[in-house]
Amino acid sequence: MDESTAPAEPSPSDPALDALAAALGPIESSTFRGQTRVVIDAERSMEGLRLLKELGFDLLVDVSCVDYLEYKGAKHRYGLVYLLAATATNRRLTVRVFVDDPDPTVQSVVPLWRAANWLEREVWDLFGIRFTGHPDLRRLVMPEAFTAHPLRKDYPLQGRGERHNFPVLTRDDG
Amino acid sequence: MAVITGGSTGKLELPENVFVSKLDELANWCRKNSLWPMPFATACCGIELMATGASKHDLARFGAEVFRFSPRQCDLMIVAGRVVMKMLPVLQRIWLQMHEPKWCISMGACASTGGVFDTYAVVQGIDRFIPVDMYVPGCPPRPEQLIQAIIDLQDKIQREGTITGREFDTAERQRRKRALVEASELLTIDASRNPVIQRELSQTAGRN
Repeated sequence: MDESTAPAEPSPSDPALDALAAALGPIESSTFRGQTRVVIDAERSMEGLRLLKELGFDLLVDVSCVDYLEYKGAKHRYGLVYLLAATATNRRLTVRVFVDDPDPTVQSVVPLWRAANWLEREVWDLFGIRFTGHPDLRRLVMPEAFTAHPLRKDYPLQGRGERHNFPVLTRDDG
Repeated sequence: MAVITGGSTGKLELPENVFVSKLDELANWCRKNSLWPMPFATACCGIELMATGASKHDLARFGAEVFRFSPRQCDLMIVAGRVVMKMLPVLQRIWLQMHEPKWCISMGACASTGGVFDTYAVVQGIDRFIPVDMYVPGCPPRPEQLIQAIIDLQDKIQREGTITGREFDTAERQRRKRALVEASELLTIDASRNPVIQRELSQTAGRN
């Protein structure tokens, strides 16, 4: 890759981050192997993400989540991950939003990016993070009758017997 | 030339193009040579299933090459691949939609036991929830193994089949089978406490 096509990496002194800090106050950011991460408070995540969209990060690549239960040095239980990209300038930015039990809640970004609809439904399904303002917060991959959020670290790998909770058909049943 | 004793002369001579058999045997002979598979292919076993039906392995040699995607037109369900919680009600519904007499082959490690997918969403063997006649080991099994299972199933149909389907009516057939019986369950399995077996036994006793 030559210099002209190499993506310009936003450093912690990136104008977008400066503008974010100007709007939200001091923000925590770091760079690792050319990837910049910024942490936004859960209460102000919508505000921050809207600002980042206005600053050129127009593409929402993914919404994901990490459960930091029993993770060494973790201060919060869940860490949401928003992967943003600026299609005009080919820059990328990782936004982290941390939430905690008992009611992990964050504002839905569906009004900003329609792509967030299913992504947030998946995070709700598997981690139980509630997205307020989501137009249709149903489970995405697990059956609708499922009650747990199976990617939480305190959920057993083999489940709680849901996979065996079905009627048994014999030859009598036709 | 067949010679049968009986009748007024004591001997009944049959012409060369006639032979005597049981009606059950005739039904079995027809059924086993025209199995119509229902391909319930959910994973990589389905690729081997397709290869089995294709020209190289040529399932037509055994009269079972016509895969139908409507359960109404099938009598052999081949479950090829892992079945998850969300898929199992579909599997059961399709099984119920198939006409009798019908058979089921559990193809591969995942369909038979869950395979390596011992997780919250994967059913640990379809035989926990629907009747299974043949298990094919392998991950995935070679087409030859599936063909062997079909040949074995043909033998089974010829051996135990009846024209009215009485063979499905036995306690052994009614019992819920398991490819993998977990240790704790092994200790608790007891025919005297199995309601299905007990129900069957009482019905059999009633008929006798």
